[in-house]
This record gives sequence, structure tokens and C-alpha cells, in this order.
Amino acid sequence: MSLAKITQVSGRGVTVPGNDIDTDRIIPARFMKCVSFDGLGEFVFYDVRKDADGKDREHPLNDPRFRGATILISGVNFGCGSSREHAPQAIQKYGFRAIIAENFAEIFFGNSTTLGIPCVSASAEDIRKLSAAVEANPQTEIVVDVDAQQVRFGGQAIPVTIRSSARDALINGRWDAIGELIEGLPSVRQLATTLPYLAV
Amino acid sequence: MAKTLFQKVWDAHSVRRLANGQTQLLIGTHLIHEVTSPQAFGMLRDLKLKVSMPHRTFATVDHIVPTDVFAEPYADPLADAMIKELRKSCQEFGITFFDRATGKQGVVHIVGPEQGITQPGTTIACGDSHTSTHGAFGALAFGIGTSQVRDVLATQTMALGELKVRRINVTGKLQPGVYAKDVILHIIRTLGVNGGTGFAYEYGGEVFDRMSMEERMTVCNMSIEGGARVGYVNPDQTTFDYLKGRPYSPKGAAWDAAVERWKSFASDADAKYDDVVTIRAEEIAPTVTWGINPAQGISINENIPTPAGAKDANEKASIEEALAYMKLEAGAPIKGTKIDVAFIGSCTNGRLSDFQEVAKYVKGRKVAPGVKAIVVPGSQVVQEICKGLGLDKIFSDAGFEWREAGCSMCLAMNPDKLVGDQLCASSSNRNFKGRQGSPTGRTVLMSPVMVAAAAITGRIADAREVFGVSKN
Repeated sequence: MSLAKITQVSGRGVTVPGNDIDTDRIIPARFMKCVSFDGLGEFVFYDVRKDADGKDREHPLNDPRFRGATILISGVNFGCGSSREHAPQAIQKYGFRAIIAENFAEIFFGNSTTLGIPCVSASAEDIRKLSAAVEANPQTEIVVDVDAQQVRFGGQAIPVTIRSSARDALINGRWDAIGELIEGLPSVRQLATTLPYLAV
Repeated sequence: MAKTLFQKVWDAHSVRRLANGQTQLLIGTHLIHEVTSPQAFGMLRDLKLKVSMPHRTFATVDHIVPTDVFAEPYADPLADAMIKELRKSCQEFGITFFDRATGKQGVVHIVGPEQGITQPGTTIACGDSHTSTHGAFGALAFGIGTSQVRDVLATQTMALGELKVRRINVTGKLQPGVYAKDVILHIIRTLGVNGGTGFAYEYGGEVFDRMSMEERMTVCNMSIEGGARVGYVNPDQTTFDYLKGRPYSPKGAAWDAAVERWKSFASDADAKYDDVVTIRAEEIAPTVTWGINPAQGISINENIPTPAGAKDANEKASIEEALAYMKLEAGAPIKGTKIDVAFIGSCTNGRLSDFQEVAKYVKGRKVAPGVKAIVVPGSQVVQEICKGLGLDKIFSDAGFEWREAGCSMCLAMNPDKLVGDQLCASSSNRNFKGRQGSPTGRTVLMSPVMVAAAAITGRIADAREVFGVSKN
């Protein structure tokens, strides 16, 4: 299985401000009543984007200035809570290609990486700078350089970090591990014989 | 060299190092349910792959099942499609399915332990973040996403980076009326909602030594609410006594060998930890949440935090956001807040001992007028035992609705939902915005006995006062 080498992602950004934005908020549980991930994109952040009648509320994703943004910017502990892959799936299907936040919850980070969505961490101060630039000019082109661990926008550059295993997987096109895991199957079978509880 | 349980189990299950530096880790037990597995089976079919170890894969249905009318087809066609899809996949790939007809269905994190599938020194994965529950047995149990469910189905392994280990000691003795739920709410409040990111939590100390398996499960269950993907307790005699005689537990000579093996996985006395935290049991009071994440908790007799008291701008913004959503007043007591709904159940607190403990107090009392109170056993097995003990009748007589097994109002994927901005006293694990099925619904997390006190008085209350439990 050949995967794209994701060394950098570029596009316009939008900030969804806040800390501890959990995966229930990213995709409410009722939208998980599905046997496919198709169509989840339209429900991303649904309950904060829509009112009880399904009409748009004030939310960055409803702001026409940020329409077409492909880079999501947020705060601390983004994606906490439920392990639902529906959350990064919804984010990706909505059109986002990378996420910049102060930091990420563990399971969300892993799920996103497996889908080829780079999640890079920046300082609070740098995120403020980036958000201010996007707010001042929504057309600002942002480059998330995964390889160089840097985000560039409007003549500025900020350092970002990403766990080395995720960076390696993204830039070398091995972010979906299934192929490599299958290659290891003979060793898996051998190891399994040393663990009595796996006996048939 | 001295090792922690984490290191020992990790080493015993490490297949090889992957190109990106992660480990290909063998997952000995794979638990699946209807919500996060159908897409994984779809991917498997697309890739023309088989399930690698169907005999180590166990399924049940929990998130979407109605708890009142469960005759099929379900009224909700989407839910009905999901249970049928899981049934079909289990049949196609030869997977054991604890379906309702088996009498063993229930919340996946309750079924695994009660069937004896969850065992010490093993690795477990499930497409659900509360998989950390199984750590109570000294297993490494990981919540995973759907692509990883596919990986585990196809290869019985997944790619994972090693975690650091934080030892959390709770020393001394819990005061009367303080429960395992209070212990974990207190730990999360102390270490923060993301304090455990990158860590496995090893819980120990006198309080854990004395806890029953069900209490240990309550604590390990909520590890993820503090950011820790994995939480565990070292296996001991309490663990072995719980497992003895369960359907999937080893029998005869194999049992003795298994116990010896299980003992060897416990952390060595001189093991080194990446961090150690010690909490005194006496400091822990009945704890309730006031905000929109599980770390936003206070003891029942504290006042709701104020934005002015925040330690930084981030915390101030979080407090303001939480107060606005919860419609609570900064600086006011949480005690006395009116409730609309009371929910006892979930993978956190839906086990036999939870219902036994609450039944002691609700017997002969009545749910306050205007409060909807529901009790949902975590599994059909728990349901049957409760009925055998007459607990269902005690709850019904007190005005609680006694339901059938499932996740129910913990995440409201079934018909059990809050309406509008109802406030729910809940024994579940998450108080996120909209978690209980209404986009404006409000959740206050607490122990089952505290939920009962709230149900009976109609307000958030100190259960020790309501039920006359001496504080010392």
C-alpha cells in the first residue's frame, strides 16, 4: 500500500478557540449511528455550530470569511475524551488537512496521524500570533511544514513540535501502519506461542 | 533490573520495532462493539483480509441498545442497522458475540471482566476510551480508534509508542461515605484533565490494596478522563479470587500455573517510575463536578469556583465557559442545586456492588417529585443477580425506573437522553457539553450513592447527611 509523503500542508486557516475541546463536541454521539464514515463532515462541531432548529449559530466555521480553510487552529488538550475516530474523520471529511494546537489528547493524536492528518503543537503565544494573522486576513496562506517542524504565514515563522514517530510516519509515507503490521505477521505468530492465554 | 508491570507486559507482547520507532505490540484480547467496529470490518473486506485471531476477539452490543423496549427491530432504524451489521460481521469472521439472546450481553467493559476474559499480564484493546477499566486486573488495556480496530482484527497487533509510568499512591483509609468514584474524581481534579497525557497510571497504596475489583475498575475506568490512556492496579489475591471460576478463567492445573504467571507481572518493589504522586485518603471527600470536563470537580461542601480565582487566563476562560454552559453561579455552593434527572449505571458504576450499595440507602425512601430517575445495570448478568437479590424491586418501590443492560444515558446513543437544559446527577464518566444527548443538557458526575441522595432530595446533596452516615 503506497501512501503519500506528507512533508507539508498548506492552505488557509480558521481558529476554533477554546481548551479541552472534546471529541463529543467535535462529533456528537448521535451522529455515530452509522456503519460508514462517509458524510460525517457536515456534522463536525454540529451542536456548537447549529441551534435547535438546525440554523447556523455564530461559530468560526459558519463565518464566510473562513470558508475553505484547510488548517484548524485551537488550544490546549484538543480532542480529549472519547476514542471515536469519527472525530478526526469528520474533521478530515469537512476539508481540514492539518491541525495546529497547543497540545493534543493522546488517542485523538494517534487516530489523526493514522489518517494522515498532521497534528502539530505550538506555544500559546505563537498560536495567538497565528490566530491574529488569520483574523486580520483570512486569506493568509499558512504552511505547516511537518519535516522542518515549522509553521510559516504572512512572512512569519513559528516553531512547532510533533512526536518523532508521527513525524517520521508522515514524511516517509507510512502513517497508516497496516502494511507494516501485516509484514510482521510471522513474528506475531511466533510470539503468540509464548503467551499461554492465546492458545486456541 | 526492576521493572513495572507496564514494562513487563509491554516487553512480553512486543513483536518488533517499526520503522518510525513505534512498537508492533501484540494485543491478546480484542473487545469490539457495534459503534466503532463496522467501518473496521468494511476496511477488512476492502483489503480482502481475514480476522487474524477470531478466538481472541469478543463482541457485544451496548452503546445503541434501548433499555426499555428491546424487541427487534429497534424503533431507531440506524441503531437496528448497527446491531445487524455486527451480528453479520461476527458470523462472517467467526467471532464470539455476546448478543442479547446469550444472556451475557452488556457494556463491553463489564462483560470482559465478568466472563473472566480480562486477565492479568495481558494486553487488551477496544474501540472505546474506557478500555482502561480492564487495567484493574493488571492488564494493559488501550482505547483505540477504528483504523486500529482494523489493525487488531487483521493482525492482532497495533503500532504504539511506549508510555511513561506515573505511580499514584493513595495512602490511609477512605472516610465513610467516600467511594472509588470520589477517589478518581479527586485524582483527576488534582492532576488535571490532561495531566496524564503520555503516561500510564499505576494506582497503588493502602486504599487500592483494600479495594474490591469492582472499585478498582471504577478508578481505572476514568484514567482517560485525566488524559492517561492506560491505568492499572497490580494483580493480587483480590484479583485472583475475583477471576476464579469465571467462564473464561483457566481451570484445574492451568489455574495454578496462570496465578503464578500473573503474580510475576506485578511491578517489582524497587521499580523506577517516571513520576510518583501521593494522595492521602483522608483528604478525599464526596466529589462532584460543576463544569464541562471531569477535572472540574469540587468536594460536595465546597463552593463553585470563580473566574477571579483562576490561576491564569486559560483557566479563567475555561471557568467562564463552564459556568455559562452549566448555568451555575460562581462562588455559590454546589450543594442544593436542583436536579431534573438521576442516572445510575455505565461502565464506571454499573456493577453489582454499585447497586447493592445504593439499595441499602434507597430502601424505604422515595425519589423526589419531578425527578426522573433511571437505573441501568451494566450487563444482563448483573441484571439477573440484582433481580435474584430483589434489588430491582427496592429501586422500583423507591420510584426509580429499573432498566435493561446497556450504556444508556452515559452517552445517549440510545433513546435515553436529557431534554433541553435538564441537569442530571450522573454516575457516568463524562460531563462534556451535550454528552447526555441534549446539546444544552447538563451533567454533574458523582458516585452512585450521591446520585441516589440527589434523586431523593431533588437536589445535589451530601449523601452522608441525607442517609445519616457518620463522617468519621
